Amino acid sequence: MICSAPDPDTLAPVVRLSLASQDWRTAAEMAAALGWRWAGIWGDPGPEACLVRACLVHDDQRVLLETRVPWSDPVLDSHARCYPAADRMERHAQDLLGITFRDHPNGHRWTRHQAWREQDHPLAPDFPVHGHGPKRTPADTDYPFVRIQGSGVYEIPVGPVHAGIIEPGHFRFQAVGEEVLRLETRLGYVHKGIEKIAVGTEPAALARLAGRVSGDATVVHAWAACQAMERATDHGVPARALHLRALLAERERIANHLGDIGAICNDVGFAFVHMQCARLREQWQRRNHQLFGHRLLMDVVAPGGLACDLPAEGEGLLRADHERLRRDVEPIFAIVDDHPSLDDRLLGTGRLSREDARMLGCTGYVAKASGLGFDLRRDQAYPPYDHLRVKVPELREGDVASRVRVRMEEIHASLDLLDQLLDRLPPGEVASDLPRPAPDAQGIGLIEGWRGEIMTYVRFDQTGRIARFFPRDPSWFLWPALERLIHDNIVPDFPVCNKSVNGSYSGHDL
Amino acid sequence: MLRILRQIGRTGVLTEAPPATDDAALEAAGIELRRTLSSRFRGSFAIRHVDAGSCNGCELEIHALNNPYYDLERFGVHFVASPRHADGLLITGPVSRHMETALRRTWRAMPAPKIAISAGECACTGGMFGVSYASCGRADNVIPIDVRIPGCPPTPTRLLQGILAAIGDQR
Repeated sequence: MICSAPDPDTLAPVVRLSLASQDWRTAAEMAAALGWRWAGIWGDPGPEACLVRACLVHDDQRVLLETRVPWSDPVLDSHARCYPAADRMERHAQDLLGITFRDHPNGHRWTRHQAWREQDHPLAPDFPVHGHGPKRTPADTDYPFVRIQGSGVYEIPVGPVHAGIIEPGHFRFQAVGEEVLRLETRLGYVHKGIEKIAVGTEPAALARLAGRVSGDATVVHAWAACQAMERATDHGVPARALHLRALLAERERIANHLGDIGAICNDVGFAFVHMQCARLREQWQRRNHQLFGHRLLMDVVAPGGLACDLPAEGEGLLRADHERLRRDVEPIFAIVDDHPSLDDRLLGTGRLSREDARMLGCTGYVAKASGLGFDLRRDQAYPPYDHLRVKVPELREGDVASRVRVRMEEIHASLDLLDQLLDRLPPGEVASDLPRPAPDAQGIGLIEGWRGEIMTYVRFDQTGRIARFFPRDPSWFLWPALERLIHDNIVPDFPVCNKSVNGSYSGHDL
Repeated sequence: MLRILRQIGRTGVLTEAPPATDDAALEAAGIELRRTLSSRFRGSFAIRHVDAGSCNGCELEIHALNNPYYDLERFGVHFVASPRHADGLLITGPVSRHMETALRRTWRAMPAPKIAISAGECACTGGMFGVSYASCGRADNVIPIDVRIPGCPPTPTRLLQGILAAIGDQR
């Protein structure tokens, strides 16, 4: 195989590996044989060719495969045969960039519904951001779902509008009696053109946009985008800002875990825990508002640092909060841990094997509950986590109960991190000016969000504005995991299985 | 069971004794909401929520309306699973083109009289997503909106006040 390492520093800490396009698949097959995890693919369109990149991860190593795909013949071998995780991301690249993936097991459209034509590709440089006119967009009625035939097999279509306060997506169940034979998700309903509208924005605007890739993970997405821009400009962020970013990220993790643990219990009819957790989450969010001006912490992380500092009285309040939350969750978690009616519904439900989790590229609590304890904060640590003790829970069963338990343990681990962060919180500024980026400067942001690993690519243009922004949410790999773990479960257990995984629709659809 | 009862006893009723100043505004809004509802909808107002392209930030705050601090249902306002059961439609997000038809159909499925409320910056103005190849922009571009609740996302208190305004405008 012919490969070269172009300018190793430009995308540090990732190692770049330039390949001829005919070696694209061989490289993936070799990595798969060595047990590497596939972590995303995206294209960066240029005038004559598209630079396609795929990321592979193993322990503390991260390699970026690169190849040029000329527009005159936009065809590239698919990775999806050796990495099922690649299936939908390749189809996303196909729909938005017009690259055909050769030998793809399922080359249907994915992100594209009916808003643009098959021959149009929104990320192509000549495609106007407004598209082709204000026509009404019809419903997407002819997507080729896989159907199971046989005596007693029936189909349940659900969505895109669901019966609760949740994001839109379509689920197609094939069932016999109560048993789910197959689930196929159809997403893309909240595709808002984030990658396209990011083109030409200023760094500060990009941070705000990144904060709305998935509103429940606003801190970590904004941080990943800022980290990418700061690496692209080789800019050192004040240590106090880094510590406070981590503090915000851990607060976000705790808020989401509290909400979801309650919602999982609610989905099996145990409203008591739901109300208790909602109470704690509300108190937590009110403190966010008091100290940082926003209940969900949106727009606090900004390029170069933070938009606001922790007020002087904040440290004392936070320490007291941490102590109180430890005390408050104890009796609630004791009940979640050991209650017959919860055990009955959560133990053994929605099992995801370690092999499946690895093959599908899962990270975060879904992977940790299935025996894959990878966590960027510990295994590829970035500041300030490189100086902190990060405890990563790991369980083996892979069922809903394990995912709940991992999240409960993560709340304790995050509380511990929050205290460590306050102990080490350095004095000084929290904001700094991002220097003007060099033409075509590029960077990769890697942040462990509450759902798992977030990887964000940013490239600047000649004038210091954004030329390419691609935020890769961990949800890309959680949705296929949900399809896998619902196998042989009963239809009424779908809500609790779904909530235990809690993939982001918005973060996936972009 | 004893543990549960003990925890419930220890927690007490948060709803009737809400802390801080924000909650005074909430109580005022809530009380007036009940007064208006009892005359218009006989003490019951059913809301169907549709996320038409939101980032999920608004949804988190709408969820908070049902937590023990805000307890929306005590005002006779509740969320329903079907548009056929709804008096009001609560829309979040810029309307993505892929959700355009689903939103129209949901609106058409609701019986009259009905109210449409847009919640959040995106649904009210298009927000930072605006109109593009993928987005129709604000909800008003797709269905007629009666009341707008701005904010990114609107706080639960503002949501409650907005729902109040929605009923008030029907006079």
